[in-house]
Amino acid sequence: MALLQISEPGMSTAPHQHRLAVGIDLGTTNSLVATVRNGISVVLNDENGRALLPSVVRYLADGGVAVGEAAQAMQSEDAANTIVSVKRFMGRGLKDVGEISRLPYRFADAPSAGPGSGMLQLRTVAGIKSPVEVSAEILKVLRSRAEVALGGELVGAVITVPAYFDDAQRQATKDAARLAGLNVLRLLNEPTAAAIAYGLDNAAEGVYAVYDLGGGTFDISILRLSRGVFEVLAANGDSALGGDDFDHRIHCWLLEKNHLSALGPRDTRLLLTHARAAKEQLTEHAEARITAMLSTGEMIDSVLARSEFHAMSQNLVQRTLQPLRRALRDAELGVADIKGVVMVGGATRMPQVQHAVGEFFGQTPLTNLDPDKVVALGAAIQANLLAGNRSGGDWLLLDVIPLSLGIETMGGLAEKIIPRNSTIPTARAQEFTTYRDGQTAMSIHVVQGERELVSDCRSLAKFELRGIPAMVAGAARIRVTFQVDADGLLNVSAREMGSGVEAAITVKPSYGLSDTEITRMLQESTQHAQDDMQARALREQQTEAEQLLEAVQHALELDGGLLDQAGREKIETRMVALRDTLQLADHLAIKRAAAALNDATVGFAQKRMDKSVSGVLAGKNISDLEVKP
Amino acid sequence: MAITLTENAAKHVRNFIAKRGKGVGLRIGVRTSGCSGMAYKLEFADEATDDDLRFASHGVTLLVDPKSLPYIDGMELDYTREGLNEGFRFNNPNIKNQCGCGESFGV
Repeated sequence: MALLQISEPGMSTAPHQHRLAVGIDLGTTNSLVATVRNGISVVLNDENGRALLPSVVRYLADGGVAVGEAAQAMQSEDAANTIVSVKRFMGRGLKDVGEISRLPYRFADAPSAGPGSGMLQLRTVAGIKSPVEVSAEILKVLRSRAEVALGGELVGAVITVPAYFDDAQRQATKDAARLAGLNVLRLLNEPTAAAIAYGLDNAAEGVYAVYDLGGGTFDISILRLSRGVFEVLAANGDSALGGDDFDHRIHCWLLEKNHLSALGPRDTRLLLTHARAAKEQLTEHAEARITAMLSTGEMIDSVLARSEFHAMSQNLVQRTLQPLRRALRDAELGVADIKGVVMVGGATRMPQVQHAVGEFFGQTPLTNLDPDKVVALGAAIQANLLAGNRSGGDWLLLDVIPLSLGIETMGGLAEKIIPRNSTIPTARAQEFTTYRDGQTAMSIHVVQGERELVSDCRSLAKFELRGIPAMVAGAARIRVTFQVDADGLLNVSAREMGSGVEAAITVKPSYGLSDTEITRMLQESTQHAQDDMQARALREQQTEAEQLLEAVQHALELDGGLLDQAGREKIETRMVALRDTLQLADHLAIKRAAAALNDATVGFAQKRMDKSVSGVLAGKNISDLEVKP
Repeated sequence: MAITLTENAAKHVRNFIAKRGKGVGLRIGVRTSGCSGMAYKLEFADEATDDDLRFASHGVTLLVDPKSLPYIDGMELDYTREGLNEGFRFNNPNIKNQCGCGESFGV
């Protein structure tokens, strides 16, 4: 007979209607699945009692697929068909993955249309696979593990993603879940999930920092926990930094120590596997011995001391502190405001990492939950809540947008509509207008980034609002609404308020921005703040000058006859002068030239005014115009 | 008669309540539902009502409403593992028939 679990008071389910929900940590190195059972969040083990499923997928010639340990065991032998750390490719184009030559895979061109367009693909012995398909294989294994362990079908899953995942990467994760037959209750930021696990277990209020050094990504989040409400105050990170990089340091050290030049993919994988084992050993031991035989028959036998490892990885540890400072600054907090530091990710087991973080914050970081499991445990708690298994005490969960969202305005300027670090879900609207007389369409270009110029931001989508009634420039009122749902996905709509014409887009993001780029863009936005201000001033001045030139040209065509030869020449000379300054990157010069042109047209404008007034008054008797007392 | 827990089941219940951080015991009962007429109810109890019948078994308080008792009197709860799944098994002497999965039953 069925085995029953204890429910919360009043939450017993009808027979066969258990609301089984799981939390999944889809990690770069390892993945886990957890659920809430008998009121407690637990990680579900496989039949061998292992909680961690290596995020490794191997495609076989007969069409079969091996996932986890079995695939990992073959990653040296069959490197090209054994996909590791696929998370780094999620929602990414070929050009975004910098280290292609270092990877043992055969990449295929991205499809130009359909789902996954722009995302790189991998050529395997079983055919071309997208990162979404590879991730789905991992999710399928976790799903069936959960269904066997829980004795029923899942109603849904909460899947965690790094706080820095952009829309494309989040969408790719959702697609993978759907492909694996999972209903996604919500995507949850990993640090937030960790905070849920710690926040509820310890019921502690205050501001916390979540330091998450995973296999391939680093995230730092500043969270405020109060009265059961989690609010992400700031998120930052470096999504091209993780435990794998520490493995690479040891790998490079091995090459140098043994005077080896570049190795084939098989030997590279072999040494990386040994490097990882050595790294893990150095957490407990003062030294680690690495012995391996290369395909050339050459034997590797080296001893790595902990102090040596600490020295070679020192700058990796230091690299995590910069995003940490930025996150604190974004949250407008100091180190002293942080009540506790939560450590997440297997790489935080390294003593030098714990030491550096402890020193930075002036306190010992929290490590009482298993750093490998804490994200999955928190996701399970959230899944349990969303599936409706928890009575009362519902809590609100707030996440933030990592990069500002906005649209392009005249002159290639980015107008931010939702500023970075806004909590989601959110909706913001702003009104825009037309630039030209009689303009009946408007192109809406949705961009993401912190910089002032669109060319420095990331293009997310473009669409057009058509059918705007013809009006003079500036008369139309176009309301652009940005809506970000709880998963961080974006909806943009534009509506002309007078006529009600409307156009909208669900951002099917063009895959293409790497995590490193996000970090770079954030850094640049602060480094280039001064340049950006100049650039914005220049573009604004240029746009204004162009508008002026157009208006004067238009007036000359209509009423040029009102001017004498000298007057006309003066205006035309100054127009040429202004056009010339447009080429210069000097907004002050443009401003001066525009003022000069304006000056020259004063008399002309007066004449035009008189003409149009007399036109109106023509044929009217003075008495008709008299104002009655 | 009474309702009892096996020692193993009691150990797990004590552990669950401790980790949950609150609760006076376990509420066990039946509801009319399911494919064979009755279904078990198994919940954490945050408070007891005046009507509740109380049983103590290996240090765990079991609360049962009087209307449920006839259906489950003499029952023993065990905690077992079946493959990857684990949970509570109801050994109920009153059962005449039950549905395939045993989640609902008739008396």
